[in-house]
Amino acid sequence: MSKFNKGGKKELPAISTASLPDIVFMLLFFFMVATVMRQNTLLIENKLPYADQVEKLENRNLTMYIYAGKPAAGYKKFGNEARVQLNDKLISDVREVQAFVQQTRANTPQTEVGRLLTALKVDVNTNMGLIGDVKNELREVNQLKINYATLNGDATKNIK
Amino acid sequence: MAKRSAPEVNAGSMADIAFLLLIFFLVTTTIESDTGMNRKLPPKLPENIDPPNIKEKNLFAIIVNKNNELLVEEQPMELKDLREATIAFLDNGGDSSCKYCKGKRNPESSDNPDKAVISLQNSRQTNYASYIAITNEVLAGYKVLRNREAKRIYGVSYADLVQQYKDAAEDSPEKEAWKKKRDAIKSMFPEKFSEAEAKE
Repeated sequence: MSKFNKGGKKELPAISTASLPDIVFMLLFFFMVATVMRQNTLLIENKLPYADQVEKLENRNLTMYIYAGKPAAGYKKFGNEARVQLNDKLISDVREVQAFVQQTRANTPQTEVGRLLTALKVDVNTNMGLIGDVKNELREVNQLKINYATLNGDATKNIK
Repeated sequence: MAKRSAPEVNAGSMADIAFLLLIFFLVTTTIESDTGMNRKLPPKLPENIDPPNIKEKNLFAIIVNKNNELLVEEQPMELKDLREATIAFLDNGGDSSCKYCKGKRNPESSDNPDKAVISLQNSRQTNYASYIAITNEVLAGYKVLRNREAKRIYGVSYADLVQQYKDAAEDSPEKEAWKKKRDAIKSMFPEKFSEAEAKE
């Protein structure tokens, strides 16, 4: 009887991959939209501290970033002391912060200069002396709005 | 000439191209929203200005040394107690001029939230993480009190007030109203948190 023919060699039908590009494109678009290109290559360790009184940075274009921390593995030629990084280089003199601020201001439309914000991205293992110096330089050029970049979390985790 | 239909373009390699792009974006992506604590630095003052006269009891002195140990009002303190201590100090209302304060009305502590100043002094060797933690606790103290008053008067949290103000359409009467409410709460507990020059 061949009504229930099981004997025949039936091959599994190939799974159609025609919709694979669609799926991949969907993922692609998601990542394209969500992505933020790294602006600077970090030459230093940059593990941010935790805090819970945080606000979101609103306008990336009006934010200048100042990094600080100990030189990362691979950049030990710069020493073991915490350093400040502006754009792509470590600075040797903290007074260069002033020039950096002036330059950022010059590259910002006149009407928006007042809204410029300085984000300090500082590694947890940095001494306050260096940060105090940076803050003094910022006061010197009247760049008073600052933001301490932190991760969102319980601040007591900072102290081991 | 025979009519030829246009040959179909083979789309089989489309997936490969898309994968390539996908992998590129996967690698370069950093899904992080920038968050942080907003602070304002004090403007540079001329040299010959006298420091304002602040009564000892209206000053809440926090000192943190190079070993990240806290000294609050000359007493050692753990970080976890700092928030409570800040709230107690700000909310004290020692001279009874503050109607909404719910503190102990200790005459040895601050007179009025408007006069209460918190000062933080750190050493140059203080760790940045502890500094952030301390700043965070003090700001949290202000926020708790502002929330309490915002809830009591307007029935919403302070963060909601700020958010509503931000979300309201530009130049609309709502924006004005939210701004008024926000400023009212803000002025009940004005942020007077100063940082002294670091000492060696």
